[in-house]
Amino acid sequence: MLHHKFLRRTLASLALAVGLALGSAHSWADEILVLNWQGYGTDEAWALELFTAKTGIDVVHDYFNSEQEMLTKLRTNPGAYDVVLINSAYTLQAADEGLIQAIDTSGLKNVADLSPGMRDNANLAPGETTYGVAWVWGVTSFAVDTNDFPEMPVSIEELWDPKHAGRVGWRDDAIEAVMFAAIATGQDINNPADFDVIRDKLRGLKPQIRTFWSSEDEWNQFMSANEFDLATYWSGSASRSKMAFGLPVEFVIPKEGAIGWLDGLSVATDAPNADGAKAFIDWMIDPEFYVRWDTEVGAPASANAKANAQLPEAAFNRAVLGDPEKVATLQFMGPMDEELRQKILELWQETKTYLLE
Amino acid sequence: MQSAAAEAPRVPHGRLRAIAGLTGPAYFWLALTIFLPLSAMFYFSFLSDVPFGKRVAVLTLENYAAFFEKEFYRTLMLRSFRLGAEVTFYCFVFGFPCAYLLAKSIKGRWREALFLLVILPFWSNALVRIFSWTMVLRGNGVLERLVNWLVPDYGPLNLMFTYPAIVVGLVHSYLPYMILTCYISLEAIDDSLIEAARSLGARRLAVLRRLILPLALPGILAGAILIFVPVIGSFMEPRILGGREGTFIGTIIEDQFTAVFNWPLGAALSFLMLGFVLLILLVVMPLARRAT
Repeated sequence: MLHHKFLRRTLASLALAVGLALGSAHSWADEILVLNWQGYGTDEAWALELFTAKTGIDVVHDYFNSEQEMLTKLRTNPGAYDVVLINSAYTLQAADEGLIQAIDTSGLKNVADLSPGMRDNANLAPGETTYGVAWVWGVTSFAVDTNDFPEMPVSIEELWDPKHAGRVGWRDDAIEAVMFAAIATGQDINNPADFDVIRDKLRGLKPQIRTFWSSEDEWNQFMSANEFDLATYWSGSASRSKMAFGLPVEFVIPKEGAIGWLDGLSVATDAPNADGAKAFIDWMIDPEFYVRWDTEVGAPASANAKANAQLPEAAFNRAVLGDPEKVATLQFMGPMDEELRQKILELWQETKTYLLE
Repeated sequence: MQSAAAEAPRVPHGRLRAIAGLTGPAYFWLALTIFLPLSAMFYFSFLSDVPFGKRVAVLTLENYAAFFEKEFYRTLMLRSFRLGAEVTFYCFVFGFPCAYLLAKSIKGRWREALFLLVILPFWSNALVRIFSWTMVLRGNGVLERLVNWLVPDYGPLNLMFTYPAIVVGLVHSYLPYMILTCYISLEAIDDSLIEAARSLGARRLAVLRRLILPLALPGILAGAILIFVPVIGSFMEPRILGGREGTFIGTIIEDQFTAVFNWPLGAALSFLMLGFVLLILLVVMPLARRAT
């Protein structure tokens, strides 16, 4: 008798626990789950307050530290996320794998103001279907400590200059590293033709690199500890480091060009609150959000031309990234197949082994 | 009489249930959280791709072959094993004397207090500990400023982002393991044995070499294993303290899971590492058994 009562009580409490867990796991209507980099616009407290006040939808965030982590989270958590930030180089891959759904942009009032080149970019909206709404774009190049540079450098070869031996910061990312080498050797960043030339160029970094950085926070720490003279960096982050953290840095787009990237906001397949997701995306491309984000915190350039035009004239995103000549030198990141990515990763790991003392 | 003889070898039914009831949950937990995931990973290591969604996976040995084809994998595997050996050695050099003092020389409340100090690092988060080391070792950090204050104009120490910095961070993290395991086996050594050896005329060094070390060997080996195995796979300390010197097989395996979606290769490299560790244990264990 005791045995049966114990069993029943155990089952009952187990059922209760499972019920509570399932119940609290996700949205009952007025909530959306956003997957993004940490500190990258969608989780600005003031923006979320305004959004919740307008729509009544609560915004909860989950973060990733690499594009592969983002894809892995989508693959292993179907039906969990609503809004996902996906770099346009990965959007088609995500759509192909069935991780994101087509977005009906007719209800989003700000889509009409997006620059046509970005809104209709083949990597975000192939044919008539939109898989990613163009959100922000920027440049990956390098930033310099203005205390060490009386004159701004003009060439990407500055990274390989023996003058800065042991004072260069580099991001430990295989794709980015190979793309820098491709630009320095005049090749297509999305499909480099000559890998041997790239290998030699990367090996040329051996005397240069002080250390690798892997997050904006680390970059700021190294710069303020005076470990770097110059370091590879992203344009939006450079603007944040300068304004929000007051570091004496200046972003440089060299004459050989730089890596351009375009981030899009997508809606995950089987999103619990697709309408809420679309409303949030509409708010993210709204000039009211963007102008405040760039002026108060620092942000990449907006894909919304109207929003960009509302920035103060001296703002980096308007002055430099609004300059068509500079923009023409950029090579934008595009999709790569897995084999090429694996080959690039192997090349970078081999190079890192070579870089060891 | 016959039935009693037939039942004698069998364990009584109630006792079996008691054993199962007490060990069952532990084995179930081990099976669920360790054995199943590891088996899944072992299976993945023989696939060409991860079988998620639309991906097609075929059985292949190319992940294991990659290790033998590309030289840099072997270089890094050796480097990681060298790191493991060095860290274990330094942990022994610093940890054994500390454990000996704790076990033999210090008594009473001082022993408890020092014990607490040894265990204290376990209470703090590993990442916080590593970042504290960056504050000490980096350019214009605590150590450099101290040295420049003692010896003016000494200049930069250049300790940060080097192999020694990684060793320092790892030794600091894993030293308590060695101290604790050595303490346990040293504590068990009867003081009268040492007295007897001294009274027979053995000098201190002889007592150490021929009495204490062999008797403490089980503890030393346990500590060595507890330190060696995690260190060769470590990627956190190398990344943060090593900078460009921080490339090891552990970071390569991490990259397979975070930089590309190549779980099969990551799994294959992990199991190759496990294989090498088992080989080393196979060689070391008989030697150790003979010594004790």
